[in-house]
Amino acid sequence: MSTITPELVASHQLTDSEYQKIVGILGREPTYTELGIFSVMWSEHCSYKSSRLHLKKLPTSSKLVLQGPGENAGIIDIGDGYAIAFKIESHNHPSFIEPFQGAATGVGGILRDIFTMGARPVAVMDALRFGPLDDPETGARNRRILTGVVSGIAHYGNCFGVPTVGGECVFDPSYAGNPLVNVFALGVFKHDEIFLARAAGEGNPVIYVGAKTGRDGIHGASMASAEFTEESKQKRPNVQVGDPFLEKLLLEACLEAMKTGAIVGIQDMGAAGLTCSTCEMASRGGTGIEIDLKHVPQRESGMTPYEIMLSESQERMLLVAEKGREDEVFRVFRKWGLDAVAVGTVTADGILRVKDHGEVVAEIPAHPLAEEAPVYDRPYTAPYRRLPMEAPDLPVSNTRLDSALLKLLASGDICSKHWIWQQYDHMVRTNTIEGPGGDAAVIRIKETGGSIAMSLDGNGRYCELSPREGTMLMVAECCRNLSTAGALPVAATNNLNFGNPERPEIMAQIVESIEGMAEACRFFETPITGGNVSLYNETLGEPIAPSPVLGIVGLMKTAEPLGTTFRAPGRVVILLGGLGNCDISRFGSTQFAKVVLDAGWGLPPALDMEYEKRVQAAIRQIVNEKLAESAHDVSDGGLAVTLAECSFGSAGIGADIELASEMRPEFLLFHEGPSRVVLSTPDAGRIREVAAAHSIQAVELGVTIEGRLQVRNSGTVLIDSAVNDLKRVWETALETLLHA
Amino acid sequence: MKFGVVVFPGSNCDHDAWYAVSHNLGHPAEMIWHESTTLGDVDAVILPGGFSYGDYLRGGAIAKFSPVMQAVRRFADEGGLVLGVCNGFQILVESALLPGALLRNRDLRFICRQVGLRTQSTDSPFTNALEKGKVLRLPIAHGDGCYYADDRTLDELEDEDRVVFRYADNPNGSMRDIAGILNRERNVMGMMPHPERATEPLMGSTDGLGIFESMVATLVSGRK
Repeated sequence: MSTITPELVASHQLTDSEYQKIVGILGREPTYTELGIFSVMWSEHCSYKSSRLHLKKLPTSSKLVLQGPGENAGIIDIGDGYAIAFKIESHNHPSFIEPFQGAATGVGGILRDIFTMGARPVAVMDALRFGPLDDPETGARNRRILTGVVSGIAHYGNCFGVPTVGGECVFDPSYAGNPLVNVFALGVFKHDEIFLARAAGEGNPVIYVGAKTGRDGIHGASMASAEFTEESKQKRPNVQVGDPFLEKLLLEACLEAMKTGAIVGIQDMGAAGLTCSTCEMASRGGTGIEIDLKHVPQRESGMTPYEIMLSESQERMLLVAEKGREDEVFRVFRKWGLDAVAVGTVTADGILRVKDHGEVVAEIPAHPLAEEAPVYDRPYTAPYRRLPMEAPDLPVSNTRLDSALLKLLASGDICSKHWIWQQYDHMVRTNTIEGPGGDAAVIRIKETGGSIAMSLDGNGRYCELSPREGTMLMVAECCRNLSTAGALPVAATNNLNFGNPERPEIMAQIVESIEGMAEACRFFETPITGGNVSLYNETLGEPIAPSPVLGIVGLMKTAEPLGTTFRAPGRVVILLGGLGNCDISRFGSTQFAKVVLDAGWGLPPALDMEYEKRVQAAIRQIVNEKLAESAHDVSDGGLAVTLAECSFGSAGIGADIELASEMRPEFLLFHEGPSRVVLSTPDAGRIREVAAAHSIQAVELGVTIEGRLQVRNSGTVLIDSAVNDLKRVWETALETLLHA
Repeated sequence: MKFGVVVFPGSNCDHDAWYAVSHNLGHPAEMIWHESTTLGDVDAVILPGGFSYGDYLRGGAIAKFSPVMQAVRRFADEGGLVLGVCNGFQILVESALLPGALLRNRDLRFICRQVGLRTQSTDSPFTNALEKGKVLRLPIAHGDGCYYADDRTLDELEDEDRVVFRYADNPNGSMRDIAGILNRERNVMGMMPHPERATEPLMGSTDGLGIFESMVATLVSGRK
């Protein structure tokens, strides 16, 4: 047995004080295997040691929340005896090193989190962040990463048979060395089908099912807890390889095995593999687990206990069955052609005891290992900021803004992403009512007759200028997306992507963002039921823009979707919430500033949460009473981009818009003030009544017309373009960028 | 009228086919496990979409060896109606129940979207309730959907009126825009687009219903 040297401890990314704590828990020096086990469980990725203190500030409960944070996924009640489980998780680091497999196994991991609870996954969404595709230096790599990530997601999700119903994709130089791949999944089940990851019942067998264990992914969790350096590319072997077919078999077999009633608890083997699943199940169950590694199915020979315990081979589950009923479980897994073997038993002593052919190689109290990782109150100062507060001198206003609009429509953040989402099967299971490309995705639940809307949102540009306000805007927009589809937002899951928390100015971003999220989620009554924290997203000292991502789910009646695009000419176009206002200090976060001015400054748009809430209530009422023919939330690119997007339906209907505002034309058309929705309606009177009842503005902008988008302000023409010309640019931009 | 939906490990449109037939069409449907050597008392068989046995070698290449495919072959030989959709189509060509092959899409990418599908032949048990020349709106979702056959086979398919559907706007490079074909006896049809995904207004199209309705009409009249 190797002796534990300070160098060995350091190479496991454990500090001296952490090591002393380990010695304290064990009452002795750890073995090499034990050191490995502690290092992964106490990695940032698994233990949340930098964020845990602040995550406590988030609201986590409501009368619909059946399971909050702490399990594999959050669960909320959707009525009629049914529930949904959902969660978001990142696979950022592996996706940079090996885009295809990194993204594919990201999908696989979150799907297992859902069906390990007993729910059948019915929807996936992805939030993606890459470096600019046309960057002279990093463009080629960024394009390679994007195409790899997209085909990885498609490969896994399509084969598994879960529809990828939505998501978002954003480009910024700060992601060139640190792309983000956040995957959200949602599943459905009955209340009485919920399984928890708990090991209970002394003497019950602990059963390993699924893929064999190999050397892949060893120390993946630790890799995800460190910055990238020049050496990171050598970590390619740390990325796991996914097998969606095996996962599909595992899904069907697990759900079928659960129906036997012989399963007591179950957990997937994700980050930190066998280590995490054994100690967490024991810890949650208040029990211990004893396993012998000789029983673990292995892909290669000569693996050490250290390697077996730390492997992150995919498509594996650990379950505890009722003693004497193992055969019922084995029978199901045999039917699906899967390995299932008893590897140990549940004990009463609270110890995770790992044997190798009878010889004890690790003996650790499970609860301290799983739950008593050090928690750090890391110092924080003012948030890191690259951009100035002061606005630059703006060029003299151009009266015609057609070319600016075209430039925005051709930009990576705004252009159509159909090149991406058409590679995803977004229809399988025939529940998709509103697929990718709209404000929110909507799937119907066949079992209840109701529908679930979901939206993923993040906005690094806003958060970079103010992590607190940016995060609050993100919560507001996510809820607005759902409301615009007619759904009531009820619960959320978060993925907190930031740089190195040991830097006080990065820690400040994390703290402010979490506090902003807490305030807004409390206000909009969307408790956080679980999620993921991804830190150390830095390469060579350059952090990503603070990039919290939120997935919010909402409940709604099942109905044919309203859609975001104009359907017929001669309808009144209304801007619910009003034109808003904007001064120069709040314009530096807009897409106009980024794309047209190539600058950023000041603060994100101002948010009035009370007003926002009223706008959302109004649009929900309008949609549910079918008073509008289309509705689209105003976000990136402001009013002009929203109007253009509303014109990109199959009918080719544009709009003739007459404004009367004192605002500078660029501000008027491109400011990104929240709390606004563009809708078209044959009955403007009813819309005005609803708006008045909610004490919000409803500005009549003009009428829908065939084939053109025309915008005037007090008689001056700002935009006058053929819809087809705008649409062609918007539709082909991503492919053009990819083939640059 | 009873439909059987074959379930291979890796099938993922099996439930959708079952739902379309049983819920939206109102006819009983049952799942048939891939290890089954008989089809029971079903009147028609659907080979659903998905990735049978993972399809790591080639779409349908493993499925053709499954016990259930031997039963499907006998059923087809006896004149039973067999509909293969997407992976089901791939399995039918691999099993030589239909001619040709399905290659990687022209652009080498998976494509999922609604396409226009021109009804070429209504002289079949799968399309007799449809209108000739009518363009149906059905979704596709495949990576290997480019229909390929040699010229003689293609000529033969056309001469014998066995090309049932053509793409209105060819999405995958299929030769002669072919999206669906029949066997010579006209009781086996394979198609890449998914009719089961277009069987109620909430799915965005009901144009797939006609295919299942044709099958029912055929079976009903055959019984009489």
